[in-house]
Amino acid sequence: MVKQESESANRPDNTAFTQQRLPAWQPILSAGIVIPGFVLIGLAFIGIGVALFVTSRSIQVLELDYTGDSNGSPCSSCSQSVVTNCKCSLNFTLTTLFQGPVFFYYGLSNYFQNYRRYGASKDDNQLYGDLSYFTSPSSSCSPYDYDSSKKPIVPCGSIANSMFNDTFTLTWTVNGTTNNVPLDGKGIAWWTDYNIKYRNPSVTPLKNAFNGTVKPINWAKPAYELDASDPSNNGFVNQDFLVWMRRAALPNFRKLYRRIDASGDYQKGLPAGNYTIDIAYNYPVRAFNGAKKIVFSNVSWMGGRNEFLGIAYLVIGSLCVVMSIVMLIVYAKFKFPDEE
Amino acid sequence: ILCRCVGEENWVDSRTIYIGHKEPPPGTEAFIQQRFPDNRIVSSKYTFWNFIPKNMFEQFRRVANFYFLIIFLVQLIIDTPTSPVTSGLPLFFVITVTAIKQGYEDWLRHKADNAVNQCSVHVVHHGKVVRKQSRKLRVGDVVLVKEDETFPCDLILLSSSRDDGTCFVTTASLDGESSHKTYYAVQETKAYNTEKEVDTIHATIECEQPQPDLYKFVGRINIYMTNEPVARPLGSENLLLRGATLKNTEYIYAVVIYTGMETKMALNYQSKSQKRSAVEKSMNAYLVVYLCILISKALINTALKYVWQSDPNKDEPFYNQKTEVERQRHLIRAFTDFLAFMVLFNYIIPVSMYVTVEMQKFLGSYFIMWDDEMFDEELGERAVVNTSDLNEELGQVEYVFTDKTGTLTENNMEFIECCVDGHVYVPHAICNGQVMPGAAGMDMIDSSPGPAAREHEELFFRALCLCHTVQVKEEDTVDGIKHGIHQGKSTSFYISSSPDEVALVEGMKRLGFTYLRLKDGQMEILNREDEVEKFELLEVLTFDSVRRRMSIIVKASTGEVYLFCKGADSSIFPRVISGKVDQVRARVEQNAVEGLRTLCVAYRSLSPEQYEEVFQLLNRAKLALQDRDKQLAEAYDLIEKDLILLGATAVEDRLQEKAADTIESLHKAGIKVWVLTGDKMETAAATCYASKLFHRNTQILELTTKRTEEQSLHDVLFELSRTVLRQHGGMTRDTFSELSGDCTDYGLIIDGATLSAVMRPGQEGSNSGNYKEKFLEICRNCSAVLCCRMAPLQKAQIVKLIKASEEHPITLAIGDGANDVSMILEAHVGIGIMGKEGRQAVRNSDYAIPKFKHLKKMLLVHGHYYYIRISELVQYFFYKNVCFIFPQFLYQFFCGFSQQPLYDTAYLTLYNISFTSLPILLYSLIEQHINMDILKKDPCLYRDIAKNSLLRWPTFIYWTVLGVYDAIVMFFGAYFLFDNTTFTSNGQMFGNWTFGTLVFTVLVFTVTFKLALDTHYWTWINHFVIWGSLIFFVVFSLLWGGIIWPFLNYQRMYYVFMQMLSSGPAWLSIILLITASLLPDMVKKVIWRTLWPTTTERIQVGTNACRNRE
Repeated sequence: MVKQESESANRPDNTAFTQQRLPAWQPILSAGIVIPGFVLIGLAFIGIGVALFVTSRSIQVLELDYTGDSNGSPCSSCSQSVVTNCKCSLNFTLTTLFQGPVFFYYGLSNYFQNYRRYGASKDDNQLYGDLSYFTSPSSSCSPYDYDSSKKPIVPCGSIANSMFNDTFTLTWTVNGTTNNVPLDGKGIAWWTDYNIKYRNPSVTPLKNAFNGTVKPINWAKPAYELDASDPSNNGFVNQDFLVWMRRAALPNFRKLYRRIDASGDYQKGLPAGNYTIDIAYNYPVRAFNGAKKIVFSNVSWMGGRNEFLGIAYLVIGSLCVVMSIVMLIVYAKFKFPDEE
Repeated sequence: ILCRCVGEENWVDSRTIYIGHKEPPPGTEAFIQQRFPDNRIVSSKYTFWNFIPKNMFEQFRRVANFYFLIIFLVQLIIDTPTSPVTSGLPLFFVITVTAIKQGYEDWLRHKADNAVNQCSVHVVHHGKVVRKQSRKLRVGDVVLVKEDETFPCDLILLSSSRDDGTCFVTTASLDGESSHKTYYAVQETKAYNTEKEVDTIHATIECEQPQPDLYKFVGRINIYMTNEPVARPLGSENLLLRGATLKNTEYIYAVVIYTGMETKMALNYQSKSQKRSAVEKSMNAYLVVYLCILISKALINTALKYVWQSDPNKDEPFYNQKTEVERQRHLIRAFTDFLAFMVLFNYIIPVSMYVTVEMQKFLGSYFIMWDDEMFDEELGERAVVNTSDLNEELGQVEYVFTDKTGTLTENNMEFIECCVDGHVYVPHAICNGQVMPGAAGMDMIDSSPGPAAREHEELFFRALCLCHTVQVKEEDTVDGIKHGIHQGKSTSFYISSSPDEVALVEGMKRLGFTYLRLKDGQMEILNREDEVEKFELLEVLTFDSVRRRMSIIVKASTGEVYLFCKGADSSIFPRVISGKVDQVRARVEQNAVEGLRTLCVAYRSLSPEQYEEVFQLLNRAKLALQDRDKQLAEAYDLIEKDLILLGATAVEDRLQEKAADTIESLHKAGIKVWVLTGDKMETAAATCYASKLFHRNTQILELTTKRTEEQSLHDVLFELSRTVLRQHGGMTRDTFSELSGDCTDYGLIIDGATLSAVMRPGQEGSNSGNYKEKFLEICRNCSAVLCCRMAPLQKAQIVKLIKASEEHPITLAIGDGANDVSMILEAHVGIGIMGKEGRQAVRNSDYAIPKFKHLKKMLLVHGHYYYIRISELVQYFFYKNVCFIFPQFLYQFFCGFSQQPLYDTAYLTLYNISFTSLPILLYSLIEQHINMDILKKDPCLYRDIAKNSLLRWPTFIYWTVLGVYDAIVMFFGAYFLFDNTTFTSNGQMFGNWTFGTLVFTVLVFTVTFKLALDTHYWTWINHFVIWGSLIFFVVFSLLWGGIIWPFLNYQRMYYVFMQMLSSGPAWLSIILLITASLLPDMVKKVIWRTLWPTTTERIQVGTNACRNRE
């Protein structure tokens, strides 16, 4: 009897799991399921692709290069020499209304904001408003952590130091009158950036927080004076600064400069007419074969103009359909006689 | 002076023990004080102090761990793109888990060691019994062991409570044999059986230094009784081993000869050599490939970086100035750049793969142990997994080498008949003591036995009653083999290590001669007239597998001395000088054909002078300290001659349940089954026919001594190979052609002697190698091979031969006895059967199953599943890491080769640990591409995975190419999406981390969906882990980006994931890229399935069709 009990003790548990007999759904990727599936997916993709493509086509984009490479271009004089406060202007004409809302971008090419050392060259604690990091910036900011007189640089690091400093004003000339197009610099950076991720030290006035520090070498103005018009748009939460601090993924990139303020004449966008952009040309790019441009673009629900997505959807969708036809042929030719 | 004895070199290997630490009388021997270790058993590996360094050292000796350590150190030392945490954390995790596991196991060992070392033993000290801790025992101590106590070390028996100086011992914990073995005290010391007396023994023991062989021991005891020392031989029958237990004996006195780590048990617990599976080898090959990919990626990028940097404007544009330190070191920079790239791409070989593979193997092996179908009610045993490293090898077996007795057959012997001088005796099934002479009269020469025949008959029965080593065990307290016989009122059992003997003695009982007991050297038997006959037991010439016979010398009460000999026909007939050899031989052969095990019995009368001669011969051999076995064998050879044949016996060993079905299934699965047995050819062949190894239409090729006597081995081999090749020559080796069955099956029978002739190296120069080749060629074309008359070592030789042949097939050896251990250890996979011949095979095996029939499920179901699972696991792991790392490689081309990581640190760290780990682990535990019932019903499915088919290079390359394709789709998909445009409706731009997160999201979903597409068996667990992993990824990303993490010194991921999800095109592109990544694989699968379906795929579709129809 003892033996009997020990036997049953040694007996494995007879459960569905231990016996590998759990109830299961056993799908097979057979032609019968895949072919109709592919047709469906293909058709859906083609539909989406068409929609995207049409939407993308309706988006207006105006790109103006102002690097000044060639001699004829308006900014060539500025690009040639190392003139400070060089000004140049760019003219363009709109024959029809540029549908609003219109976004004003600046673009750089061949500019590697994604260099690793460059990207690491900032001090997040400092930018979070922690005063202890004002006096001793992180070593990752090197060589832009201290200036030649060993004073700490705030904001430190390569990214901040290389902040884009061309400025633009846009004027609209219609019927001989020149109007300044109002540009809105609010909300060009991520909301979370200027509200949470970056903070100014809670010192009033802000200027006092920067006592004992110096501004980045390439900067004309200290951080607390970046925006003279709006005191709350200064320091680390200055939106131009924040736009710059969000590193671009690829060497050719755009960054949002301003939005055309949709008020008055510009409610529907940029009306037809002649426009002039006055550029304060400060930012050197020619040394590394870079280029600068100005881009006006409106957006749809799918963002700016990007034909890639629509075309890709169309291609993948048609591929699905083609493949399902190929599979059908293969299936019909080789499978049916076999099945009897 | 010290070593003045003759043959001094022989004494180097021996030790001298002074019983009770008493010095020998002066002048007898040189006093060489040897130092012996104490009796402490140390099975633990570590101590408290050396655990951390030693364990770390052991762990980092593994190449993979070492590699990750190096990566980690590189990250610590140089300025690298990713933080050391990314590789340090997983490595730390793996190392810690392993260390905790090993530490715990070692702690258990420490506890066990302490329990053993501190348990108290009784030691005779100055004539008194004192208690001592076991670990303090020293060589030379005299100990007292009581009944049911376990011996604390290796002892030589001095005396016991029994007058005859014997004691009974079970060695169940050593070799699993639960039968009681008798051990003997030396005649001269057996009288000293109180503590006072035993303390007066003045003797020394000389014996060999400890050796691991449990069954071998030679030594000599010198007893200084009076002035004249007496020397007596000591053998394994005097040696009580540590771990064995005293039974049925009140107490014994014995002297300690081997202690602590020198005991035979400790010497035997050395670990077995590690076996590695074919999958592991493939995995290592893939690893090398990936390492090469990794290094070349790093080299390419380093080189390109320097090309890039040759332009100072690119190297150091105004916005990205270097520090002074960076500008200076140019040469070191190149090297550190290379290392930095290595670090950046090192995730292509993930730590987690090793962990996952180990976990899969370890956890997966539980399914074997849990399998209810592999539980045997009768034995109460379930399958045992000793090594989980070889699970998948069970799906790759090409050759099965099986033992016959106890494996194919039940090893449950039943006496069928005996034949004396041609008269056949068959006992009734119901034992009533009736003799039925001539029940089957066909073979009788004369039906009325004359007086001479009558005399032979009497002798024959007595011979069988006496010539054995069976013990009689009263009461029912023994485990293991029990054979109840009713003898008066008390119940008694015959116990023996050999079931044949029990069957014979029981058969004799049914024929009227009952063996009663061995008492005081007298064997008592009850004859037909219910009279007790007594025979004095003089000598036992024990059985061994080389002689294949045993003998016993007894003195009848009348004073005549007989030698009874029993053994295999081939070992008896040559030694027979008279008797009706031809009739007996005819009967033996007929019985053998029927699959019965036959033994021949012969005798020899010894005159007192002859006996004296024999006694001297044996004694001399027994006393020899060196080569005693050889000398004994020679002595036996001299003694067992001039025999008179009495007759033969036939014992049936029934086939195991479903053995034939199992073998048929294995054949259908494309596995070649070889039977290796020590049995004679006819018996073995009969078993083979019964078990369907040979079919009726199988053409049997014989390669036996009989044939090679007629022709030379050379001619036979060449003739056979011609026969075989004629059939197979023109045909291409297509697996399906074998299924059609229109070609003749060949079966080969080879015997041990011929095999050794085939294997003999270099006798005829170049020809000998040729023999092996020819032999292999013949074997390759035979569906079944039977090797009979095999010595245990020859079994291993055969396995080795096949293993080393050019195809390097995977071999499996299965057996139940100690004689199978060598082949079990030799084969790729060794399986032990929990049979009746002890546990040695089980102990040395990789897997143990209760019955042979369980092999079918083991291979066809478990092996198949494990192989499918692990091959997907391995391929998938490499695939998902190519997908993971290749975009990062591509990104270098767009970031000036600056080692900028594409993904955030958290993603880099967690990708393999948590986002994609569980689905593949669970897949590799519970995937069933086909129902297990179909796998069992359709053994030919096993051919689909033969020859490591799922891990061949083309498959590997396909997976890798697929990974690269997916990576390209993901990277460039995101690239074109990001290129110079925005995809938010508020015009804001995304940065590099959004780019990486987009790629990463597509990546995680793609690789998880890829696995989902490969999953054929969706239990709730699969649903849970697959969807759960994806949900976890999303939730983690939301959390990771949703909070300013105070412990981080960067917040680069803050709100990145949410911002990405707030954009419509991001969603659309994620869907698009996932579809585009999975598309080719789906198309490939469908087209392949239609154009070139494997049997598995046909069946999959078939079953689905069936299910739909129902």
